[in-house]
Parts: sequence; C-alpha cells; structure tokens
Amino acid sequence: MARVNFFKNLSQERIVFGLALAVFIACSITLRGFLQTDNLIAIVRSVSVLGILAVGMGIVIIGRGIDLSAVAIMAMSVAWYLQMLQNGVSGGEALALTLAGVVAIGLVNGFMVAYADVPAIFATLASGAFVYGFCRSQLIAQDATPVPAGNWVDELGQIPSRIDQFTQIHLAAIPVEVFFFSGAAFAAFLFLRFTKWGRYVYLMGDNFLAARNMGIPVRPMTVLRYVISALIAFSAGILTASSLHSINVRVVNSTLLYDVILVVVIGGIGLSGGKGGMRNVVVGALLIGIMQNALTILDISNVYQNLIKSTILLIAIMVDSLLNPRDEQTAQQGDI
Amino acid sequence: MKLKGMLAAVALVLLGTLAVNTAAKAQDDPGPAYYQKALQGKRVVMVPMAMGFDLAQGWAAYLKREVEGWGGTFETRDPNWDTNAGAQAITDLISGGQKPDVLVVHSPDLNSYSKLLKKAQKEGIYVVLVDNPMNYPADAFVGSDWDRLGQLEAEAVVKGCGENSSKKIGLVQGDAANASSIYQYNGIMKVLDKHPDFKVVAKPFSNWDPTTSRNVTTTMLQQNPDICGIIDFWDGDATGASAAIHDAKLDGKVFLVTTGGGETVDCKALEDGTYGAVVMTDLANQSRDMNAIIKFLLQSGQPAGTSKTYIYTLEKATTKADLKPGTCWDVKSLQAGQY
Repeated sequence: MARVNFFKNLSQERIVFGLALAVFIACSITLRGFLQTDNLIAIVRSVSVLGILAVGMGIVIIGRGIDLSAVAIMAMSVAWYLQMLQNGVSGGEALALTLAGVVAIGLVNGFMVAYADVPAIFATLASGAFVYGFCRSQLIAQDATPVPAGNWVDELGQIPSRIDQFTQIHLAAIPVEVFFFSGAAFAAFLFLRFTKWGRYVYLMGDNFLAARNMGIPVRPMTVLRYVISALIAFSAGILTASSLHSINVRVVNSTLLYDVILVVVIGGIGLSGGKGGMRNVVVGALLIGIMQNALTILDISNVYQNLIKSTILLIAIMVDSLLNPRDEQTAQQGDI
Repeated sequence: MKLKGMLAAVALVLLGTLAVNTAAKAQDDPGPAYYQKALQGKRVVMVPMAMGFDLAQGWAAYLKREVEGWGGTFETRDPNWDTNAGAQAITDLISGGQKPDVLVVHSPDLNSYSKLLKKAQKEGIYVVLVDNPMNYPADAFVGSDWDRLGQLEAEAVVKGCGENSSKKIGLVQGDAANASSIYQYNGIMKVLDKHPDFKVVAKPFSNWDPTTSRNVTTTMLQQNPDICGIIDFWDGDATGASAAIHDAKLDGKVFLVTTGGGETVDCKALEDGTYGAVVMTDLANQSRDMNAIIKFLLQSGQPAGTSKTYIYTLEKATTKADLKPGTCWDVKSLQAGQY
C-alpha cells in the first residue's frame, strides 16, 4: 500500500521539482560559476518574461482553454504603443488606445470561445494571426520599434534602485523583471486561491457542465480569463521592451509561444484543466531557466537546445498521461 | 570645261551637304534607344527574407526609384522570415502568367531556394542574389563578402580590446545554417589565428533574436566577467547583448562590435557608446550595384544562368570617431525619396 501511495503522491509537479533540483545540483557541482548569486539571479531573470506569459496561460488552461494569441498580443500591443509614441501621439492617449485594443482582443477571444462555441485553440490561433497581420501591415513600420529616450518604459529598470533610496533593504541587485514575475505569480495565486472568481476557474476547468448547472456564470467567467490573459501578455511585452529598449515583433514567429505552453505543461498544469496552480508555473519556469543556462554555459548550439527541450516536453506529457490517466469525465468532455 | 567645272562644283557641294547630313545623323547617339528598348517595361521582383527590416526597406526604396526611372516595374514580396512563404512566392512568380524578367532574392540559407532558382533561370529569368550567398551559381551576387566582414569585425575587436586587456572575446553567432553567420565566423577566426593571444571564450547562438542574445550574453559575462570584447553577428539582435553588458555593469569595459544596415539606430548606438564599432553596409552603393547589374543583364543578351558575377560591397568598421552627418541613412527619408 505504501508503494502505491508513494506513486500516487508522485504528482508531475513533484517530479519536475525533483528533476529541477537534480539538474541544479548537477550543474552546481560540474559547472564553474553556476552557483554564484549573480548567475542565479540571471537564471530567474532570463525566464521572467516567459514566466509572466505562463502565468496568464496558466489561468486560461486551468479553466480549460488555451490562449495561442498571447505572444502576438504581447509583441504587437507594445510595438503599436511605441509606434504611436514615435508618431507623436501623446503618452496618455497612446497608452489608453493600446489598453483598449488589448482588452478588445481579450473580449473577442472570450466571446468566440464562450458565446460562439469556437474551440479555444482555433479561436485564439486565428485572433493571434489576425492581431499580428493587422498590426504589422497597418500600424507598425518595422519589425523592431525602439523605446523613445526617457520614456517610462525605459525607466522601469530603475525601480529597484529607487526603492533602495527609501528603504534600507538592498534591492538594486535584483533586476526588476524578477519582481514583476514574482508579483504576477503571487497576484494570480491570490486570485485563484482566495477569490470567488478564482475558485470558479477551477470548478469550470474541472467540470464545465456541473459548474454551469451550479449557477456559475460560466460565459462571463470565460471572457474574463481571456481578458486577464491579454492584459498579462501586454505587461510581459512592456517588460521586454524595457529591458531591450525596443520590441521586435519577430518574436511572434519564434518558439516563445511553445515555450510558454511547455512551462505550463511541464510544471504540471494539465491541459484538460482544473488542476495545478501558480506554484507549477514557477517550478516549470525555473526548470527551463536552469536548463537553458546550463546549456549555454556548456556552449551547446540552439538546434540541440531545442532538441533537448522538446524531448523533455515529450517525457512530461507521457508521464502526465501515465500519472493522470484519462477518466470518464475527460473522455466525455474531450480535450481542448 | 566651264560646264564640267560647274557640274563638278555642284556635285561636290551636294556630296558635301550629304556628307554633313550623314555625319549629323551619325552623331545621334544610338545608346539611349538601345537602352530603352532593352529595359522598357521589364519587370523586376524582389523577394527578401522579410520586408520589415532596415536593409530590405532601403534596397526596395532605392530600386523602386531606379527601376521605375528607366521604365521598368518594381515589386516586392514579403515572406516575413518564413522560408516556405518565400519559396511559395518564388514558385508563384515563376509559374505565373506574367513572369518577371529579373528576380532579386535575399536567401535565408545556403540551399533552400537552389532548385527553384534554377527553374527560374530555365524560364529565362535572371537571378540576382543579394546579401546572403548560396551554394548555387546565380547570374549575379551583390552584397557583403561575409568572410571579409568577419575579419573587419575581428580587427575592430582586437583594436578595441587593446594590448593590455584580458584578450578574451565572446561571439554571439546567428544560426548554424545562414551563410552570413557561417562565413562571418570563418573570417573572425582567420584574424584571431593571426593574434594567438586573443581567445574566444564562448560562442553561443542568438538565432537572430535579441532576447536570446541577451540571455546568452548574460551567461557568457557571468562565466567570464573579464571579457574585453564581444562580436554580435547582427545589429538586429545586438541590442540584447548590449542590454546584458549594461545589466552586468560592464558599460565601457566590454567593446561590442556588430554589423548592420547602417540605419540611424546604428549611429545613435555608436554615439552613446552602446556599440564600439559597427561594420555597416553601404546601402546606397550596394543598391546602385544591384541596379547596375540588373541593367547590364537585361542588355547583355547573355541567356539567364550562363554567367556569374560577384559584386562585393566595400565595407569598413565604423567607430564613434568616424561618425559624420550622413554616415547613417534613415528609412523614412529614403522612402520619402530624399537621398
């Protein structure tokens, strides 16, 4: 019996956490300079944008859905915002327009999924492609749009040292991205764990029909999730622009979207919904961060890095289906 | 005699006028007519890797003005960094009703388009490769000698580091398939072989993405905080490397060298010390070379696919000291027709 219990407790999150720990220890022993504070900070920073996107994706997936437009929204909204600033639109107006656009895309995604019953995977795939195509062709002059000098987006990086001036805590050594990632994950954790709406997300993800029969406003709740996801994507974009002093919309064609899903799935948030939380996102992001850092220190080329990442994703999916076999309920609902 | 003399004189005068007239006719330059006949209505289509970046927009603005100036038509296709979309665009152009006379192709790698371009030449379409060379003999190649460009970068970084530095260099390569990345690397190594005390301590790939460039540079600087110089293979992602240098508080201590189109952002970055040196593409002359070779091919009578010409753009590493007004060009004013 003890053995069975052991295996039952061996959730994917724990496996991944153990794996991350194992890789971490192996790297600490074998790789020179891996265990330095600066390197550890760099690891967290390198995955913070990925992690923030995964927070939004996590909320959507827990409620049974997926948002394939996240990366397009992230890059295009910020590029449009910066383009407007370059064209001389006032800062407030540009920000208001951008936020309105971001919320509108979230609403469209939500309405398509909740009211028009379009499968989330198709609705968001299409809206992401639309957002990219429309913004790239109509609103933005070039792939790369720089942040105007002295803009608040540029100043974001100064926040930790500003706080330093007021408090005695030494924060300047920690990059602002890390604060944003932990802040986003913590806020999402509070939302999911302690608010009524957050609990609804789990209930809907676990059993949509039962949730509807209970009287949960499932359709508005679905719309809300996609709007939250869009807003989180926008904040990830602002952070990217802040650290690179520009945003390059080529990122939409990169593997970033798959990396986001990789983080969520590898962390143990099942694609069938209703399971997991922000802890999983953090663990998933850390594993990816540690691996990428180690592979870079080892000077392994991108092609092999992708191969290694995809192998790990495949293993995670297989382990997931072994540990969480499809039950009657999932079979009835079908996958996303 | 008198009559004969008169007749002779009249004949002479007539002959003279005739001669003068023919001479005047002969002075009418046949060049422009031939030029116009060969070029009028010719269709030039450019398929770059994407239309969304400075070089492609620069070439297109330049060629559009020139080609339309000599009576041809100029079009572009935008595969947006997607090799398949680029291949599709070329296929459509070759098999379409109105075939182009010249294809200007910016290839994403050494091989992908080879078969298609051979087919284009069979159809009588001249193929001019720009910027990225291929393992395939096009009618002409216009662009950088990437090997030489890498040498210039390496020379700049050796100079930028100086004799009293750590002599440790990091490379941020593009990807493993693109000719510009591969040849650039070879060129850099050739120079570093001549300076055996300089060592490459890391050479990660950025995949041309600034975020990746930033992450790999952060790690590189973490492992080797005493690096004196970094070569990032493209200014499109070198913003990431420069952000990493800034994060590591190594501003002014790491000499960052990169290469790019020479748009105003490059000059700004040299001005504020973000980049130590940039090997800039001389856009105006490069585009002029393209235009010249297109005009040559159309007039040459040489069937497509039977000749090959390489025209390398003269390049040099530009540093802050070399900056002059007009060193860089500006997409907006170029598109507005000011240059």
